[in-house]
Amino acid sequence: MSDREAIFKDIRAALAPLEGKQTPYPEWADELVVTENHPAGLDKRVDRFKYRLEAVHGTFVQGMPALRDWLKAEGLTKGYIDPTLKEQFAADLEGLELETELDRSRIDDYTFGITRGTGGIAETGTIILTDRKTSSRLGALAPWVHVALIKEDEIYPDVPAAVAAFDDDPSIVFVTGPSKTADVEGILIEGVHGPGKQLCCLI
Amino acid sequence: MSVQLIDKFAKDLSPEVAQSVHSGSKVKTEKRYAILGSDYPDPDKLRKTAGLVKQHTLEHLDTYLEEAEASLKRNGAQVYFAKDGDTANQVILDIMRQNNARKMVKSKSMVSEETELVPFLEKNGMEAIETDLGEFILQIDGDHPSHIVTPIVHKNRRQIAASFEREGLGDYNDDPQTITQRARVHLRKKYLEADVGLTGANFVVAESGRIALVTNEGNARFSMAAPKIHIAIVGIEKLIPKDRDLALFMSLLGRSATGQQLTVYTQFIGGPHALNQPDGPEQMHVIFLDNRRTEVLASDCREILRCIRCGACLNVCPVYRQASGHAYRSVYPGPVGAVLSPLLHGKNFPEYADLPKASSLCGACNEVCPVNIPIPDLLLRLRNKAKKEGAKKASVNTPGFKMWSYLATQPAAWKTAMKLGHAMNLTPHALLNAAPAAKAWQSSRTLPTFKGGSFRKWMKQRSAKKS
Repeated sequence: MSDREAIFKDIRAALAPLEGKQTPYPEWADELVVTENHPAGLDKRVDRFKYRLEAVHGTFVQGMPALRDWLKAEGLTKGYIDPTLKEQFAADLEGLELETELDRSRIDDYTFGITRGTGGIAETGTIILTDRKTSSRLGALAPWVHVALIKEDEIYPDVPAAVAAFDDDPSIVFVTGPSKTADVEGILIEGVHGPGKQLCCLI
Repeated sequence: MSVQLIDKFAKDLSPEVAQSVHSGSKVKTEKRYAILGSDYPDPDKLRKTAGLVKQHTLEHLDTYLEEAEASLKRNGAQVYFAKDGDTANQVILDIMRQNNARKMVKSKSMVSEETELVPFLEKNGMEAIETDLGEFILQIDGDHPSHIVTPIVHKNRRQIAASFEREGLGDYNDDPQTITQRARVHLRKKYLEADVGLTGANFVVAESGRIALVTNEGNARFSMAAPKIHIAIVGIEKLIPKDRDLALFMSLLGRSATGQQLTVYTQFIGGPHALNQPDGPEQMHVIFLDNRRTEVLASDCREILRCIRCGACLNVCPVYRQASGHAYRSVYPGPVGAVLSPLLHGKNFPEYADLPKASSLCGACNEVCPVNIPIPDLLLRLRNKAKKEGAKKASVNTPGFKMWSYLATQPAAWKTAMKLGHAMNLTPHALLNAAPAAKAWQSSRTLPTFKGGSFRKWMKQRSAKKS
């Protein structure tokens, strides 16, 4: 008997006494898991998104010129960018040294990575990345700063809405703040393996 | 003097470790409570619903497992089944050999602790590096995780700094920022050199074949960005029916584990990388592991298979807080471990039969559980099993009930004993501790004043009044 057959045989034997008495699937409404816990006045979805993004130590930037200024103020001039975005925003990103192909042998040379995000979640301040829209998984992960570009109408209100929009993309990633750990004595440190700074720039 | 092993461990724990385990647990418990309370009007309803979804899935596991297998294959993954840990390890080794792979980067996986994968691969000439910061530190120290979510809660920064110095990762420096930065630099090279990225799975969706994985550090993302082969090792109980259910479980997992709305990175993986994507795995292999889970499913403790490994029951448990995780002598510590570990040891159950006794049955573990597992009930069922099987470890430090049952069935003897009982109040405790069991019991407790015998008197007076 193969391991597969043995496992299925044992599962069926274990469940046989429950025949007819199994727990039914409990139907539940999306509202059950959605939280409305945010300060009053944040009526616009994008405002709630910004509030939550900042609450998890993410950075919100409005528009490409503001992004360029932010990078320059941080002293970051050399980075990776999605080739399509480089073309699209060439004028806005003047003065930055941008590479459109990530050379693994010089991975620490890239001080930032700019890629296209697929959306956001207002409820949690989450940025959604997918394989088809991300030009390079490493470009969105290895540099100290990652910038995801999204449009305002790509922000979902809550987690159930974002999950309901899943397509067959093989890699959907919810990013909720910068990479972090509290493994050493429970002390919060940001930037473990992924970005120490996570930005979302609205385009 | 015979004492429960877990008591002995708690007693021998260094004050430093005891302090960090206690304060770490307390903080996580408070954060969990605060966020669930402020985010939801009725968090209990979420827990109970999630518990029913899991119970439903387990009770139809054959159907959902078949569906998941078909979905994963449709996504382009190769699917394997392993009855035990050795078989799972061998499957992984074979995949590596067939691909001429030598190096693996590994995300945190409790299942791989169960199968002892890393020592097995190392014995067979492979390099396998733990990439979760805590797990990496455990690996260089030859140590084991003491908590499901925060594996090195039993270590402090000075110990970690000394280990890093010993391993040539830099001069002694116990600043947590520096420790983390050094691990980042060291492990980055390992990701880029690796042929294989190995992960566990927090959930597998039967309907879509999507694997959900959560990490705060981003190590699972890196393990699936640099290497060309992805292997996921998954317990067969990790299934949930539909994509939609992810929203329910994600809402509970981060909040229950660390008090976060969502863990930083939640990945939903549905196969090898997309065609346009230059990075990421070209192959995806998924191994479903039984390792006695079907035995647990057949037992009267099957509810424990609902567990989503958030660690909330550890954090809240007064016994875990005193004893720390290693006291449970198994992969899974705390209340969940006290149920799961003895069962996963199969024939060796008697060796771990003391664990279900290590609980005051206060019920806190059940109250915080995101899938509402009735852990206290399951502990009682296991105590019963231990008694039936005559497991010696389960009866250590338990006062005998033979004398009591004799007295309780002999009214004359009972009356005499009640009268004698009052003499105990005048006897020095040292004399009462002649019996080893009595001594062990009293080592941490004070005997209350004996007040027995007055019930009969009261009853008589009551009947006299009535008539």
